[in-house]
Amino acid sequence: MFKIIEKEHFSENVVKLVVEAPLIARSRKPGHFVIVRACEGGERIPLTIADADPEKGTITLVVQQIGVSTHKICALEPGECLADVVGPLGKATHIEKVGTVVCCGGGVGVAPLLPIIKAMKQAGNRVVTVLAARTKELIILEEQVAPWSDEVIIMTDDGSYGNKGLVTEGVESVINREKVDLVVTIGPAVMMKFVSLLTEKYGIPTMCSLNTIMVDGTGMCGACRVSVDGKTKFVCIDGPEFDAHKVNFDEMIMRLKAYN
Amino acid sequence: MSAEKSERDASWRAELRGAMNAKERAAIPRVKMPELDPAYRVTCNEEVNQGISAEQAVLEATRCMDCPDPQCVNGCPVHIDIPGFIKNIQRGDFSEAAATLRLSSALPAVCGRVCPQEKQCESRCIYHKMKKEPVAIGYLERFAADTDRMFGKNKVERPHSNGIKVAVAGSGPAGLSFAGDMARRGFDVTVFEALHEIGGVLKYGIPEFRLPNEIVDAEIAALEALGVKFVKDCIIGKTIPVEEMSADGFKGLFVASGAGLPRFMGIPGENLIGIMSSNEYLTRVNLMGAGKKGFDTPVAHGKIAAIIGGGNTAMDSVRTARRMGAERAIVVYRRSEDEMPARVEEIKHAKQEGVEFMTLHNPVEYLGDERGHVRAMLVQRMELGEPDESGRRSPVPVEGAIEEIPVDMVIVSVGVSPNPLIPESVPGLKVSRRGTIEVNDSTMESSVDGLYAGGDIVRGGATVILAMGDGKRAAAAMADALLAQ
Repeated sequence: MFKIIEKEHFSENVVKLVVEAPLIARSRKPGHFVIVRACEGGERIPLTIADADPEKGTITLVVQQIGVSTHKICALEPGECLADVVGPLGKATHIEKVGTVVCCGGGVGVAPLLPIIKAMKQAGNRVVTVLAARTKELIILEEQVAPWSDEVIIMTDDGSYGNKGLVTEGVESVINREKVDLVVTIGPAVMMKFVSLLTEKYGIPTMCSLNTIMVDGTGMCGACRVSVDGKTKFVCIDGPEFDAHKVNFDEMIMRLKAYN
Repeated sequence: MSAEKSERDASWRAELRGAMNAKERAAIPRVKMPELDPAYRVTCNEEVNQGISAEQAVLEATRCMDCPDPQCVNGCPVHIDIPGFIKNIQRGDFSEAAATLRLSSALPAVCGRVCPQEKQCESRCIYHKMKKEPVAIGYLERFAADTDRMFGKNKVERPHSNGIKVAVAGSGPAGLSFAGDMARRGFDVTVFEALHEIGGVLKYGIPEFRLPNEIVDAEIAALEALGVKFVKDCIIGKTIPVEEMSADGFKGLFVASGAGLPRFMGIPGENLIGIMSSNEYLTRVNLMGAGKKGFDTPVAHGKIAAIIGGGNTAMDSVRTARRMGAERAIVVYRRSEDEMPARVEEIKHAKQEGVEFMTLHNPVEYLGDERGHVRAMLVQRMELGEPDESGRRSPVPVEGAIEEIPVDMVIVSVGVSPNPLIPESVPGLKVSRRGTIEVNDSTMESSVDGLYAGGDIVRGGATVILAMGDGKRAAAAMADALLAQ
């Protein structure tokens, strides 16, 4: 059993959980995810690891309540346990010094972006972080990304905080003023699709991290398959990160609705 | 001891042989396995084969000629002493029969249910030469194992520990077989399983109506009684890096991580909603309890389901689809029924349950509706040409013979590739072009010292019994190597 050590509400529907998982805390790297089952009879769902403390033996997960399983997970209190946490899964993010990296995240996508921002900064890159959400209270982890970012740009749809506009507008403003060598985007599939279309126009290499439906998360079921460069790939084994310009986002968005 | 008591020249066996002549034995008809009625069984998940009674078992055992050179044993991948256990059944010593099975097989109750006996032991039976049906070895194996489980006294004695720690990655048939053999030799065995249930393919793959979970759980409990430890939610190579295993005190590692990646055909429309691998479908239903009360995992309930492929997994999927409410469940297979790799019994059961067989057909494209759900498949008619490298006549498309068939669920069951997680995480491990771990055939040791492997991660997709045989050989070789140190 995997005990919850700490819980914090980022907003009404977004919860941060610090979970006891010493082996995973020790072996995980930026980009990795875990499969979580809240309780007996529960679904297995993928959640990207936002942070880890190998000494305390904990990992941090940021969960948005959107369905049955995330609801159950978010309802757990410190002292209670998740039935299963297995990982770290997926391929770790390829980190290197490329120059200027724009890291843009939307909604809970900022959580898996955090360890990448950190690692990109530590590798010697100039990091510009763009955080986007519908409204002010949905902007998360601003304080945590700030120390690892040369600049943080906030975008809200309603203009209640930072700049009014979409994430793509924030990214484009950076592209227009300076040379950008890499864009990393994590968030809702639609958001990643439009970031990808934008950076393709400017010819800037772009990496995205996909969150698809999974069952086992170890390559066995193929529920997570996506088309990348016209070929079927498994997000759990081949990903979760891919060259955004090669991902068929429309197919991915369609497949996410399989059980709606 | 058991082996001696059951040897062919034991006086009781000689007596049984002398009690009846071959003609009388051959006059006894082969036992029929009692089965649930097809109309009832498609409404539930109950085991189809009900098992034979003690009287039936003794009579069937009487049919066995106790041949001086029993070929059935050579047909068995783990060389079970088949006449030995059968003659024990005939004399009514069912627990000795089970003990004889245990000498060679870690999971007799499983093998008695899922082995393709008609291609193995039973295919070599002397009765074939008399143009008669072979002795029902599989039914007898199941009978002995079940009877022992239900009525036998628990005689498991924990062997004296030699204190040497070994690890197993994967708790399917290869891993369980290895674990049992090593524990009996006194090793301190820990089995690591990636999923939240122990049993591997026996749990997530083979359905309840063919292999009830309680049978698998009983085998696991027997291993626990031997001292085997099980750790769930732990992936060797990921949760614990392989190079850390020795720091944790493990002197050997047996990798039995199974056949991971499902294969798809790469045809247009294959990623439409409602099209999935048999692994996904069976895992949702068997492991995750989809469709049952109290379980959150969803699953598609197709009204017209097409299952692509002709193996046992295809039969398990199509019969599951019938039980999950499919009005039409169609097996689409590119060769003819003669070439189907599935067990004869599974094909028979599927037909009894109303499954349609569309042989000599191959899907070439799937069509979707405006929401991206599959609504039809285009199938190409095939004919058989010359034999290919598998020795089976190869299917050749009949030009222009393409037909559109409405479907709302498709289960692709055309094979699997080895799970890449471990091969990718061990530096220096020799892996074939297909992604299987390369091993020495007799010792199952890989190119990495102390790392052994077996089952589908080596074979790329085989049977429960072959996987078990690998576990056995690896255990013998690893034990010898470690004890010699």
